[in-house]
Amino acid sequence: MKLSREVIHTEDKRKLQDISGEEILSCYQCGKCSAGCAMTSAMDLLPHQVIRLLQLGQVQEALDSKTIWVCASCLACSARCPRGMSLANVMESLRSTFLRPGDRCLNPAEIPYELLEIVPEQALVAAFRKYT
Amino acid sequence: MKTGVFICHCGLNIGGVVDIPKVLEDLSGYDSLGYVTDYRYMCSDPGQQLIKDAIRDKGLTGVVVAACSPAMHESTFRKTAEAAGLNPFRCEMANIREQCSWPHRGEPEKATQKALEIIKASAEKVRKNQELSSLSIPVTRQALVIGAGIAGMQAALDIADAGYRVSLVDRLPYIGGHMAQLSETFPTLDCSQCILTPKSSEVGSHPNIDLFTNSEIHSISGYVGNFDVTIRRKAAYVNWDVCNGCGLCMEKCPVKTDSDFELGLAKTKAISIAFPQAVPNRPVINSEVCRHFTQGKCGVCEKVCPVGAIDFKEEDTFIDRKVGAVVVATGYDLHPKTKVGEYGYGVAKDVIDGLEFERLNSASGPTQGEIRRPSDGKIPKEVVFIQCVGSRDQENGYPYCSKICCMYTAKHARLYKHKVPDGQPYVFYMDIRAGGKGYEEFVQRATEEEGVLYLRGRVSRVFEEDGKTVVFGVDTLSNKKVEIHADMVVLATAIVPARGQTELARLLKISTDEWGFLSEAHPKLRPVESLTRGIYIAGCAQAPKDIPDSVTQAGSAAAKVLALFSSDTLSHTPEVAVVDEELCTGCGMCIDVCAYDARTLDARRSLAVVNEVLCEGCGACQVACPSGATCQRNMDTAQVMSMIDAVI
Repeated sequence: MKLSREVIHTEDKRKLQDISGEEILSCYQCGKCSAGCAMTSAMDLLPHQVIRLLQLGQVQEALDSKTIWVCASCLACSARCPRGMSLANVMESLRSTFLRPGDRCLNPAEIPYELLEIVPEQALVAAFRKYT
Repeated sequence: MKTGVFICHCGLNIGGVVDIPKVLEDLSGYDSLGYVTDYRYMCSDPGQQLIKDAIRDKGLTGVVVAACSPAMHESTFRKTAEAAGLNPFRCEMANIREQCSWPHRGEPEKATQKALEIIKASAEKVRKNQELSSLSIPVTRQALVIGAGIAGMQAALDIADAGYRVSLVDRLPYIGGHMAQLSETFPTLDCSQCILTPKSSEVGSHPNIDLFTNSEIHSISGYVGNFDVTIRRKAAYVNWDVCNGCGLCMEKCPVKTDSDFELGLAKTKAISIAFPQAVPNRPVINSEVCRHFTQGKCGVCEKVCPVGAIDFKEEDTFIDRKVGAVVVATGYDLHPKTKVGEYGYGVAKDVIDGLEFERLNSASGPTQGEIRRPSDGKIPKEVVFIQCVGSRDQENGYPYCSKICCMYTAKHARLYKHKVPDGQPYVFYMDIRAGGKGYEEFVQRATEEEGVLYLRGRVSRVFEEDGKTVVFGVDTLSNKKVEIHADMVVLATAIVPARGQTELARLLKISTDEWGFLSEAHPKLRPVESLTRGIYIAGCAQAPKDIPDSVTQAGSAAAKVLALFSSDTLSHTPEVAVVDEELCTGCGMCIDVCAYDARTLDARRSLAVVNEVLCEGCGACQVACPSGATCQRNMDTAQVMSMIDAVI
């Protein structure tokens, strides 16, 4: 990874900070968010690693990770962060950045009928909230 | 003769292992003991009262306190005995804690037997103890402070303010040490000069301070209260008493040379004052480059000097001083970057160390405080700071942490950002150690508010390529290798003892650790005393530390000196070596074994003599003496033999 001013300070990163309202550099990588996250078993990157990528300007790599979709927005990380950063806000900003082009949203017509039969309604509503 | 034995339980420390009732029972049948008793805490007030009452009521002529180590409480109980009218040297400790109950916790029966034997042996010793009185040593109430950095200046001022004369010696022509080179200081970012120069001028004009700059310690002898020092004032080739510091000589001098003060980042003249605010504000001729000395001609300075102060014939002068105490505050140097191969051996021009960055950032420095890189004077836009260069690296440097680098690197990165707002500072670190008032907040401000990017990992290689300085590092937080094409690299090189400190320590007969830092008498309880009485230590000479800690330690060392000066005389234990002149053959074996230089040969009488003040009563000479002429007071051969008899 080559680092330079251009790599670290990208327009995408600035937008993410605007959307989330969080100062990414305030994170000191203690890992408390990851330590308390209930969903880490299904994540490819731990929550603090996502933040680290953003600090280094690696926005695309963060957008490509499964973690931002596995995040259940339970807000445990936000409640416990010693630096007062809301990771849930950052995750949400990453998801909305990904979905912003408009062609990546959840399309109800594409959900298989068999799946609809077994998925709880609450999960379906949550999915629409997260993926649209 | 009636000896009393007082057995302390020390709570469960002794009482939980040694069967004290059994010891009491066994001792009751031991002759020559006048009184035997026990108590839970003998060092407490009621415990001490017990001893006093017994001395008076039972008419005891000797006391054995079976308790902890004499290092812990010997003086306590000797004072107790003295308060009851007994000669304090007829009171002995029998150490049944450190030498019995603690190491033999698992075998109480054997511990009980051993305690009994230790007590019996001590009782035998006390029986033959002479009544002694402490030796009295006169004190010269003047101090010597070696090193005039912030620590030495502070110690000198504190002692001088209390009304005692201080000789302050520094090998450089000016005072202030490394602090004079710093730009701004953490955590408040006040300018170093602004807080240092008022102190320097106070030192320079203090009626109780004799300033010897451009000087070194030539020799020192003696002991606490009575040191004889010879200071060598190196020839400056300028009569400082006549010179008025006008600076005309420097202006006209035709020889340019690298400035040591500016660490080679700027030139100075062969005759120069290190920096404009220097105290004393007097020039020195560098005889290694001056044309008069190298080629035997020139002499421009001599011609232009309006007061005739130039003196090419000046020689080193030697000044004798008698002092009672010495404070060593010789400071530090940086581990040379030329020794760090992977970062370019100091060859790459834009790889500088922390002190060089301080000069670049200083308003009075070579760039007037603009951050411009050394190679081409351009303003660097990408700057990499590397911490732990030589520190915490036992294979290629030193195992210790240099303590101040985390803070000064954060400071450097912030100051850089203040001056180059569109620049990007990177800091490679292993851990951030920011323990101190306002320190952690200072570092957090660097990351959160000033955009300094901290990368956790060591840098493996630094090299020049196409006008850039390429840095190969790693960020262990993201598990990515990192490559930065930087415009300038700043190395936080390890703090090492100042050049020549080991030699000075040898001269003063004080010890150093394996890296050359001065050893304190106790790492927690006696942090400013050396193991040699009357010699105190302060500042980075002892270990890496920042300005607040150096000032604190200097004040503490000064307080120790003032305590020493609080009376005309000092007392010294009389339990030292004595020589039987009838038996001594003058062979000198005692002189070789003495670790304290307390033994000398009286050649005229062919006798070995003892300097009682220097003698620490270790007993080495008593063992070495082939004719049995030397023994220690209250530990003579007859006493030792009867102690052995009591045990076997």
